[in-house]
Amino acid sequence: MSQFTLNLLVIGASFALYIGIAIWARAGSTAEFYAANRGVSPVMNGMATAADWMSAASFISMAGLIAFTGYDNSTYLMGWTGGYVLLALLLAPYLRKFGKFTVPEFIGDRFYSTTARIIAVVCLLVVSITYVIGQMTGVGVTFSRYLEVSNATGLWIGAALVFCYAVLGGMKGITYTQVAQYIVLIIAYTIPAVFIAMQLTGHVLPQTGLFGTLNEGGGKFLATLDQVVTDLGFKSYTGHHNSTLDMVLFTLALMIGTAGLPHVIIRFFTVPKVSDARSSAGWALVFIALLYTVAPAVGSMARFNLTATMWPGAQSGQTFSEPAVSLDAIETSPELAWMRNWQTTGLLNWEDKNGDGMIQYYNDAAEPGETLAGVIAEQGLVGNELPTVNNDIMVLANPEIANLPGWVIAIVAAGGLAAALSTAAGLLLAISGAVSHDLIKGAINPNISEKNELLAARISMGVSILVATLLGLNPPGFAAQTVALAFGLAASSIFPVLMMGIFSTRINKQGAIAGMLAGIVSTILYIFTYKGWFFIADTNMLPDTPAHWFMGISPASFGTIGALINFAVAYLVSNATEEPPEHIRDLVESIRVPRGAVGPTAGH
Amino acid sequence: MAVEGRGSGYWRANLRVIWLCLIVWALVSYGFGIVLRPLISGIKVGGTDLGFWFAQQGSILVFIVLIFWYAKRMNQIDRKHGVEE
Repeated sequence: MSQFTLNLLVIGASFALYIGIAIWARAGSTAEFYAANRGVSPVMNGMATAADWMSAASFISMAGLIAFTGYDNSTYLMGWTGGYVLLALLLAPYLRKFGKFTVPEFIGDRFYSTTARIIAVVCLLVVSITYVIGQMTGVGVTFSRYLEVSNATGLWIGAALVFCYAVLGGMKGITYTQVAQYIVLIIAYTIPAVFIAMQLTGHVLPQTGLFGTLNEGGGKFLATLDQVVTDLGFKSYTGHHNSTLDMVLFTLALMIGTAGLPHVIIRFFTVPKVSDARSSAGWALVFIALLYTVAPAVGSMARFNLTATMWPGAQSGQTFSEPAVSLDAIETSPELAWMRNWQTTGLLNWEDKNGDGMIQYYNDAAEPGETLAGVIAEQGLVGNELPTVNNDIMVLANPEIANLPGWVIAIVAAGGLAAALSTAAGLLLAISGAVSHDLIKGAINPNISEKNELLAARISMGVSILVATLLGLNPPGFAAQTVALAFGLAASSIFPVLMMGIFSTRINKQGAIAGMLAGIVSTILYIFTYKGWFFIADTNMLPDTPAHWFMGISPASFGTIGALINFAVAYLVSNATEEPPEHIRDLVESIRVPRGAVGPTAGH
Repeated sequence: MAVEGRGSGYWRANLRVIWLCLIVWALVSYGFGIVLRPLISGIKVGGTDLGFWFAQQGSILVFIVLIFWYAKRMNQIDRKHGVEE
């Protein structure tokens, strides 16, 4: 059976499963459409949250981000998991007790202000739309790579599938498809990782293999990796090279940004009890950790394998003990067929610059060390001969690099699609809920009947999918800035205002509005200063380099500062204006205790 | 049901547990994983040092334990103050 047929079968089977679930889990009421009728068990919700959370970026890109930077990018691992501690302790149980359907609804009620609610809707839309474009492009890329269709065709197929289960089933349909998608994506991520960890270190668990000993050469894996990459002029893998302050601020921005992402928060509205919201965050993190503790092993081992492919001596830690890989081997050897496959995608490329028939991979951008300088002089090197190695290759090409059977490759393709589709569906639900529940029912037509609101929710879901697909076909400049824009805004606006709404009875309407605006404006201005106005190239006022950053704070880390500004402004303005009315203080007191939460209603 | 007013014993007990968890949360990630890494670099773990382990694996495992511990502790506190569901 050809690889194409295998891919088609596995991906087709996974899609049939998702559609089957959609038909089984149709939504009949707004409670089902927005919150799956609050009847999802904490473990199931944890699994759905993990799929909701782990996007195309987590699945495809994160291992590569860690592979080529090493320790310094541990910020992503800690940042994208530590946020769940904040969710469990500071937000999820109280918002579940509040017992409504959307994040802006809480902000509007707690701060007794439609203006506050509308500002929250605008933040939610910017955050979620930025995020969803990345998912849609991920769907298009995966389809075109594995099913030999054009990018656009792939995108429309993905959109049609999401339309089926999101419009029909709302939160209920999305929840159960996300559970299925989690299972597909975690299997797809784990199988190649286990094979590679066994090949390199003899460990079945990639998590212990990372700290294990190499089968060949007998050195510790990480120590050997450090040796090999520094031999080639790259920064050491385990060393700390970036600014400590920026690492701390970036990690914190990712953590509070994660806790403030509306599509993650609304997942906790689906569990039956307040105490379930607490434990469900723990289950979510267990399922997320299954991927996040494997990712650093995948990244470092893929980097090692790639380096040892280019310099066979590196396999035993003696980088220059054997000559570099020959051009002839790359172009003809069956074992290196993956290099030729990936060259056609443009994600990998080589060039024999000095014409010696060998491809020497090294870092030509840094001052070479003594040994490397010797090799450069001896072999007459004029530059790095593997100039293009895309981060994403580390996960996508992994099964081929390790010579795994064809069905593993097909499962990885289905896993990448599951990761992108599950996150897209969660985001689209957050977007359509904000439109139908916060804008239409909350502001435009409060007397709308439940039946019509459900219809409005379905129509806004359909329109959201259409808009996301069109934006995915022609990604605007801001689509590449998910980390800075989505996490920065969630961190500087949504997280602080939710936290203050729960933990303070003194913050009032004026304080919340002023705080949110101050957080958003300061963060956006800082990002635009370095990334260009509205991300238009060449309109940045300062170069986007550490030397020009204010106190060395990168634009992606500024969400933390924006959050501090939000807290400070809200505190000062609230204290200068009148106290919130009595019924608001009662509301805060009531969300602080679990008793009396709205439970699941009788099923339809 | 007992009225639990502001500054009530229940809320104070909750805040104490939250503070305790957040101290551990910050210590394993920002502390051992980043800022304090040079101080504990003498402790070797599998070809690197303890700080690297905390940054890439240990902090995540501690986070999981923290959330389940918090959930369990809060269930006890809910029952003790008679505000459980």
